[in-house]
Amino acid sequence: MTATTSPPPAPTKTAVLSLHGISKRFGAVQALSGVDFDVSSHEVVALVGDNGAGKSTLVKAIAGVYQPDEGTMEFDGKPATVHSPAEAQKLGIATVFQDLALCDNLDVVANLFLGRELYNAGSLDEVTMEKESWRLLRQLSARIPSVRIPVASLSGGQRQTVAIARSLLGDPKVVMLDEPTAALGVAQTAEVLNLVERLRENGHGVILISHNMSDVMAVADRVTVLRLGRNNGTFDVSQTNAQEIIAAITGATTNAVSERASRREQSEEQQ
Amino acid sequence: MSTTTPEPAQETPAPVDPTAANILPADLQDERLIGQTGVSGAVRVFLSRLRSGDLGALPVAIGLIIIWIIFQSLNPAFLSSRNLVNLTLQSAAIGTIAIGIVLVLLLGEIDLSVGSVSGLAASIVGVSFVKSGWPLVVAILAGLAVGAIIGISYGLIFTRFGVPSFVITLAGLLGFLGLQLKVLGETGSINIPFESSLTQFAQQSFLPDVVAYVLALLVVAAYAVSRLRANSRRAAAGLSVTPVGAIAVRAAFLAVILLVPVFVLNKDRGVSVMFLVFLGLVVIMDFAIRRTRWGRSVMAVGGNVEAARRAGINVRRIYVSVFALCSTFAALGGIFAMARLSSVGQSSGGGDTNLNAIAAAVIGGTSLFGGRGSAYSALLGILVLQSISNGLNLINLQSPELYMITGAVLLLAVTVDAVSRRSRAAHGRA
Repeated sequence: MTATTSPPPAPTKTAVLSLHGISKRFGAVQALSGVDFDVSSHEVVALVGDNGAGKSTLVKAIAGVYQPDEGTMEFDGKPATVHSPAEAQKLGIATVFQDLALCDNLDVVANLFLGRELYNAGSLDEVTMEKESWRLLRQLSARIPSVRIPVASLSGGQRQTVAIARSLLGDPKVVMLDEPTAALGVAQTAEVLNLVERLRENGHGVILISHNMSDVMAVADRVTVLRLGRNNGTFDVSQTNAQEIIAAITGATTNAVSERASRREQSEEQQ
Repeated sequence: MSTTTPEPAQETPAPVDPTAANILPADLQDERLIGQTGVSGAVRVFLSRLRSGDLGALPVAIGLIIIWIIFQSLNPAFLSSRNLVNLTLQSAAIGTIAIGIVLVLLLGEIDLSVGSVSGLAASIVGVSFVKSGWPLVVAILAGLAVGAIIGISYGLIFTRFGVPSFVITLAGLLGFLGLQLKVLGETGSINIPFESSLTQFAQQSFLPDVVAYVLALLVVAAYAVSRLRANSRRAAAGLSVTPVGAIAVRAAFLAVILLVPVFVLNKDRGVSVMFLVFLGLVVIMDFAIRRTRWGRSVMAVGGNVEAARRAGINVRRIYVSVFALCSTFAALGGIFAMARLSSVGQSSGGGDTNLNAIAAAVIGGTSLFGGRGSAYSALLGILVLQSISNGLNLINLQSPELYMITGAVLLLAVTVDAVSRRSRAAHGRA
């Protein structure tokens, strides 16, 4: 077992968001039990775990979609509770959900500014919103043909880009990305990873939920592993490797992934 | 453009090309946009939108023209000034109710009780004004308040207990019909004095000819000015602008569809003030739907409730406000109907009031599936329905034919909606 060998988080950084002892039950299922999690500004923390490990539940608890049964949450050093996504947003936690949560019938501008439309002289300020939309999308190097077409007509990658651009609008302190690169092409994945780094440079705390180990190793500073609803270690990316994290995810040093890797190594040696 | 990954050669020109960025507005720089400029480009864009199922008001406008041609050929009195003035008077009441239906349909919900609510509100106004001698304004406000309270209750039951709106309002249909009978009491009907300002407003108030023309021209001017102002703001923001020629064409078109009816109506009694109030409400609601945060939220909830909720929209408040508005419009429509007939009785708001209001909204092009439609559906839809009813009357056909034809037109409208919805999905415009 290598899971508990992680070094403690760097003491110089103050956590902008920290959770202690979060538990959540759904009927007979204990989705989370006593989970601790924290992220500082200027930091990218990857949240990883197998299917059913409780990642999505934790994300939704942070985003205000679910209320945890137990546990405390601190934001900016002060105790905080979020009862709704709106409260989380107001606090400064932006979330890009895996299912993107876009309104297909509205155009890109309307989706980007949904819930925080700009006003000018008593009506929606479409001109400023459209201009700002282009600025945000350019920042993402997004390739979207028009911001005045319904989101339904965009490709999966373009929809993901719109969703990420939207999360940046409120100038949040913490940005949470749930599987942001799952539906993206090679170039767009690289762009999103660049963007994640840019968010860190700008002082945001970034929570990255991902199954993709190469993405995690490429941009994350720390990796928090969940397994069966519990913490299974936090790793400093500079002092670990993908095998160690996979071992923590699966709960064993010998697992399907490592066996496969060693098999391939052996067969290469034989050749 | 990514600098971290090599890209195939054909992908590399494009948005970051500095010369292109200098020439093109920010929203036209993507090389995949099929450039459409000038009048021919505008026509091509229009046609491609039609092909992909983004029909807007076109089917109902064509339908209205066909209906008018048919009835005019059957009875030349149909398009006479006198009959068209009647048509406007007949349209205002149910048209007003239909505005509320458009709102609930935008959320993907339904209100089946608008007929009963309109009858109840009219009864309350009639009883309190005629029998109890309340001042007219107070009586009307009481009727509207009852409508608003009913709508708020629907909204609360819907959002708190999750009962489908179909069932809540079906219960309301029965319940408020009963309440209407109770309010009317033993006599069962109340006549509004002919000289009361309510009756005068609905039957005898018409705009002076000059005022109607000036008003129409002011609307055209306001449209042109607002489009030009939007253009200059867009230009200042580095976005594309509508060609001035296109604005001129649209303003001219608007002038024709406003001035010709005004001219025809003015040859008889003129533009009815009640109909003008209905038009004003349509314009106000169109603005509220398209240009306010509330309207944007309504469209978002109708399109994807979960997305709207996560965007921080207070979804419950949106539902409650829309149900409240719908019932209030129903109450106002009931008061209009009472004023026009100068009486309210047990059958007020009964019969086909309910279904005509819902049919008008749907025929006008508001989708039953939520998130798609316009306040103008209420106007276009009610004109179609009233034209059919009025035209059949002129050729001495009564209820049997009216019901059958209205049913067929409604079915046609819903079919057009469903088919164009599929087509939109196929063309990525859903």
